[in-house]
Amino acid sequence: MIEAVDLTRSYQLEGVSVEALRGVNLTIGPGEFAAIVGPSGSGKSTLMHLLGCLDRPTSGSLRIDGVEVAGLNDTQMAELRNRTIGFVFQSFHLLARTSALENVALPLVYRGISRNERIKRAKAALEAVGLAHRLDHRPSQMSGGEQQRVAIARALVGEPAVLLADEPTGNLDTRNGAEVMRILDGLDCTRIVVTHEPEVAAHAVRQIHVRDGLIELDTAT
Amino acid sequence: MRRYEAFSMALEALRVNRMRSLLTMLGVIIGVLSVVILVSIGTGAKNAVESEIAGLGSNIILVVPGRLTTGAAPTQSRLNLQDVAHVRRVVGDPAKVTVSLQSGETVRVGRTEQFATIVGTDENLPNIFERPLERGRYLSETDVDTRRRVTVLGAEVADKLFGDIDPIGRQVSISGARFRVVGVYATVGATFGVARDAEVHMPVTTAQRLLGISRINGMAVGASGPDEIEPLQGRVLAALQERHPGDQFSAVTQTQLLGTIGSILGMLTGVLAAIAGISLLVGGVGVSNIMLVSVRERTREIGLRKALGARQRDILLQFLIEAVLLTTIGGTIGIALGVGGSLLIQALTPVPAAITWWSIALAFGVSVAVGVFFGVAPARRAGRLDPVIALRAE
Ligand SMILES: Nc1ncnc2c1ncn2[C@@H]1O[C@H](COP(=O)(O)OP(=O)(O)OP(=O)(O)O)[C@@H](O)[C@H]1O
Ligand SMILES: [Mg+2]
Repeated sequence: MIEAVDLTRSYQLEGVSVEALRGVNLTIGPGEFAAIVGPSGSGKSTLMHLLGCLDRPTSGSLRIDGVEVAGLNDTQMAELRNRTIGFVFQSFHLLARTSALENVALPLVYRGISRNERIKRAKAALEAVGLAHRLDHRPSQMSGGEQQRVAIARALVGEPAVLLADEPTGNLDTRNGAEVMRILDGLDCTRIVVTHEPEVAAHAVRQIHVRDGLIELDTAT
Repeated sequence: MRRYEAFSMALEALRVNRMRSLLTMLGVIIGVLSVVILVSIGTGAKNAVESEIAGLGSNIILVVPGRLTTGAAPTQSRLNLQDVAHVRRVVGDPAKVTVSLQSGETVRVGRTEQFATIVGTDENLPNIFERPLERGRYLSETDVDTRRRVTVLGAEVADKLFGDIDPIGRQVSISGARFRVVGVYATVGATFGVARDAEVHMPVTTAQRLLGISRINGMAVGASGPDEIEPLQGRVLAALQERHPGDQFSAVTQTQLLGTIGSILGMLTGVLAAIAGISLLVGGVGVSNIMLVSVRERTREIGLRKALGARQRDILLQFLIEAVLLTTIGGTIGIALGVGGSLLIQALTPVPAAITWWSIALAFGVSVAVGVFFGVAPARRAGRLDPVIALRAE
C-alpha cells in the first residue's frame, strides 16, 4: 500500500529552484499494476525515486505499508528498500564481471542471508524468469533481453511488496520488451512501470498521466 | 551485511583489477621492503659489534690511565708493575688481574718479515680473556718472573712467518733479540678494528726490558659476576688514585662499551627505518589516490548497491576493506621480499643482516594502519554518495 499526499520535490540549480514534482496525490493498493506515462522531463523518474525511497520529498507525506518515509533515517530507508522494494532500470544496472547468479543474489547479501540460502533463492528467481540455463553467464555474455530478465530476477529475489520499473523496455526491441512485460503480468506484487510506449502501458490496469510535475489524469479515479 | 561479505566483495574487486591493484601495492611493497632490509642490516651490524665485544670474555674491567673519552689524546701512562701488584692485593685474587704493554715491532724469521703488535702480558691473560690456543702453551709465571724470551704468536703472524711449518720451538727475532715460540693462538678475529690475530705475546717483564721502559699500558681485571663489576671498579680506581694522587684513571667494562655502541647503532637503525617509513607513507598516498579514482569509476555500482539496500556503512566498509587489503597484501609481499632480500645480503655480502620479528610485526602493523588512514576518506565519500545521483552517473 502506497499513499502519497501533496508530494513535492524541487532541485536547487545555481540558485534557481526547479520544481520536478509540484504536489502529487496518489494511492496505490496491494497487487495493483500501474503505468506512469508522460512527456520527457515531466517528473516520472523523480516520482519513482521518491516511491522507491531512494530520495526524500521536499514536502508532503509518503507512507509505504503505513510507515511514514519522512521519519526514517538513511539506514532505515536502506532497509526498507532492501525488504519492500524491487527496482528495474532502463539500463539494467548489472554488475559487470559478475555472474547472473551473483547479481541476482546481491540484495540478499545486504539482508544478511547465508550464502547457501542466497544461491538457492537466486537460482529459483532466475528459473522463474526462464534463465535457469544462464546462471554462470556474465552480463557481457547475455543479450539485452536476458540482462533485463536477470535484473527482474534480482528485483524479485527478496520477495518485495512493490516492484518499480523505470522504462524497463526502453533499451529492448519489441520482442524482448514483450517478454519482459509478460513476466511483469504474471506477478502478484504491486507493480509500477514508467514508460513512453503505449503498448507497454496497456499491460497495466491503471494509467497515471504526469505532466509538469502534476498528475494530469489517473484512470483509477 | 556480514563483515565476511564486505571482505569477499573487496577481494573480488581487487582480483578484477589485478594489474592496477598490483601497481597500487607497489608503493607499499617498496616501503615495507626497505624498512625490513634496512632494519635487518642495522640490527645485524649491532649484533656483530656486540658479539665481537662479548667474544673478548665476560665481566672484564679494562683499567687504563687517563679519561677514556672518544677523541681524547692518549694519556702518557704512569702505571707500572708495582701498581699491578697493589691492585692484585686489592682485588684479592691475583689470578684475576693481567697486564698489557703494547708496541708495534717487526718480527723476523730468516728473511720473512711481519709487522706485529707486541703485547707484554702475563700468565693470567687466559683466566680473563677468551683466547684459545691452537697449539703449544700459554705464557707461564716462570716466564714472567725470569724474563724469558718466549713468545705466543697470533694466528695470522704464525701463518705469515711459518706457513705450514709448526712454529713451536722455533726462533723469531724481534728488535734484534731472539725469542722461542712456545704457543700459537687460535684465530679470534678483530675487535673494534684491533686485529688480535696479528698480536705477538711475550712476558711483560721481557717486553719492558726489550723496549727499555718500566711502565705498562693498562691492566684487565676479571670480575666473578656481573654484580661484582661495579664495586670492583670502585675499589680498583680508589687503589690507583691512592698511589697516584691527582692522576686520572678509567675502568670500563664491555657492558658500558656495549651500551654506548649499541645506542649509536640503535639510533642509526631508527633513522634508516624512519626514512624507509616515509616511502611507506608515499605508498599510502598512492593507495588513497587510486581508491578515489575507483570510487568515481564505480559510482553507478555504488548507486545500484544502495538501491538494492546497501547502507552507508556497508559501502564504507567495502571500500575501506579494499584499501586495507591493498596495503596489507602489499605489506605482506614487502615483508616476504624484505626477508628474502636480507637473507640474500647475508649470504652474498659481508654485510651482516639479522631479521628481527619486531621490524616485521611493525611493518605489517604500519601497512594495516596506512590502509585504514588513507582508505577512510575515499570510503566515506563512497558511503555518502546520493543513490539517485550515483545511478544517473555515466
Ligand atoms: N538532480 C537534478 N537536479 C536538477 N534538476 C533535476 C535533477 N533531476 C531531475 N531534475 C529535473 O526535474 C525534472 C523531472 O525530471 P525527471 O527525470 O523526473 O523526468 P522524467 O519524466 O523521468 O523524464 P524522462 O522521460 O526523460 O526520463 C526535469 O526538468 C529535470 O531537469
Ligand atoms: Mg526518467
